[in-house]
Amino acid sequence: MEYLNLAIKAIFVENILLAFFLGMCSFLACSKKVDTAIGLGFAVIFVLTITLPANWAIHHFLLREGALVWVNPKFATLDLSFLNFICFIATIASMVQLVEMILDKFFPALYHALGIFLPLITVNCAILGGSLFMVERNYGALESTVYGFSSGIGWLLAIAAMAAIRKKLRYSHLPDGLKGLGITMIMTGLMAMAFMCFSGINLDKKTTAQDPGPQVAAEALTDTGN
Amino acid sequence: MKALFDFMDKKIGPLFEEGGKFERLYPLWEAGDTFNRTPGDVTPSAPHVRDSIDQKRLMIFVIYALIPCILFGIWNAGNQFNIANNVEDASLMTDILRGATMVLPIIFVSYLVGGLWEVLFAVIRRHEINEGFLVTGMLFPLILPPTLPLWQVAVGVSFGIVIGKEIFGGVGYNILNPALTARAFLFFAYPAQISGDKVWVGTAKTAFDNSPIFGTVAENVDGVTMATPLAVAAAVEKGGDVVQALADNAGQGYTLLNMTLGNIPGCIGSTSVVAIVLGMIFLLITGIASWRVMFSGIIGCVAMGALFNVLPLDNPFAALPFVYHLVMGGFLFGIVFMATDPVSASATNTGKFIYGFLIGALTVLIRVANPAYPEGAMLAILFMNVMAPLIDHFVVQGHIKKRTAYARALNNA
Repeated sequence: MEYLNLAIKAIFVENILLAFFLGMCSFLACSKKVDTAIGLGFAVIFVLTITLPANWAIHHFLLREGALVWVNPKFATLDLSFLNFICFIATIASMVQLVEMILDKFFPALYHALGIFLPLITVNCAILGGSLFMVERNYGALESTVYGFSSGIGWLLAIAAMAAIRKKLRYSHLPDGLKGLGITMIMTGLMAMAFMCFSGINLDKKTTAQDPGPQVAAEALTDTGN
Repeated sequence: MKALFDFMDKKIGPLFEEGGKFERLYPLWEAGDTFNRTPGDVTPSAPHVRDSIDQKRLMIFVIYALIPCILFGIWNAGNQFNIANNVEDASLMTDILRGATMVLPIIFVSYLVGGLWEVLFAVIRRHEINEGFLVTGMLFPLILPPTLPLWQVAVGVSFGIVIGKEIFGGVGYNILNPALTARAFLFFAYPAQISGDKVWVGTAKTAFDNSPIFGTVAENVDGVTMATPLAVAAAVEKGGDVVQALADNAGQGYTLLNMTLGNIPGCIGSTSVVAIVLGMIFLLITGIASWRVMFSGIIGCVAMGALFNVLPLDNPFAALPFVYHLVMGGFLFGIVFMATDPVSASATNTGKFIYGFLIGALTVLIRVANPAYPEGAMLAILFMNVMAPLIDHFVVQGHIKKRTAYARALNNA
């Protein structure tokens, strides 16, 4: 039940795209066709689900304060978390490479369907954002897997809806200055407004006190220089 | 009369046509001309439509359907004001007069500001002035509390018309319902005046309020507290009984009967189920609004309400009988007049069923599960407006797949 709450929260309440505006670049670039958008969405789900637990393991066993106690008790005060960014992005890049190779070998059809989007995911800020939120919110191993998977679903939902809207927008009578990205940005804002119907839903009452909430978490993220 | 028409056609008309003095203002002329007279334009080639229904009649029929809600809203706004302020000699007449002074300015501002934007865009972008804004300009005031400051009405309708509709190219191209976009904008920008847990009935304070026309306001009325039924229901503590809390509400009890009749505080047009159902019957008989959306919306609301009744939840709101969800708040008004907007709803028939059902279900879900918003209908419809193109996409793709498989099977046979 706890994990279900976490999933619902990540998909609807704190949608990684429409509440935090992470992963906007590929959201804007690849939402012209519904099929590509859905393909990219699945690739994001896939990579998020794999990289989050991997990054959790790295953070938990190597980087956080006192993580290296298992090597030597003297390291109890050692804090390597300043290496978070570089390690996370390296993990993401290598994971994407690995995923690409595995897909190419065992699921060539899916590999070809995803095409260029798979390597592009490396630079999708939603992926790094997911890892950083995991650190921020002290998720456990299973929690971070669930969080990664459901953030991916939230991202997929947003980009699929956007692609369908852009298909409809193709027949609109837009002002010249707003054609293309302009109207897409405005539409993203309106979509975020519609998604606000879920914000405020509080499923897990116990963790309310520790949860910094979207605003604070987003600020924390920008403070760290991302 | 003929002389007047001739004069208009021969002397005034050319001024606005191409090469005329007021060429840029042609949309204004065209609108004035076709509002008052049937256009003489005839479709020169096939296909011809069977019925003479056009966009103008479609839109004006929605306004007709709204008349019961408007009239009831005016009376109810005054009635609630007089109850809350202990007006001793309140009568039907004072109620209506008082309500008119509260409601008519809102409708007027909505039309004036909305109309200005519409004309401005029509002139600059050279499209026709569309009757769609008559509907938007009327729907918007009806989903506002009667106490909303007029400047907020103006700001809201500007946002709804410009960002919600005109930048997409005007009527027929918008993704979200403009009236709901305007309300959602106000809801998030100025929550103090519009969120459902506030005083929505108005307090007498000026000398003007105490006159023979409006009745005598009793002395020492301060802190008028009249919460809407949804706010009362959402405020019930754990283990409480929502039905009982509604009936015991201080000032005025909310029973199923008076929520159906609608003599309760709330948004101007959406309190009375009776008035909405009158409009709904009119829309269904004339075939203007989609019965699929309304039907599946009500089913969705009932199903979700019943599901919450059965689930063992620790939330007293969840135990509320589902009938209450149908009559409380703005759900019925939303599903009849807002969700059926042919532009922002799903376009396919199967899609309409899914779209309507999810609106009903989401409304109840937001009401029960989201303590931040006691009213879910507005946001549920907006959310489904966003999702409608995706539903259509999958419905169409599914249809194509089915037909392809059928054609293949025929070929192979």
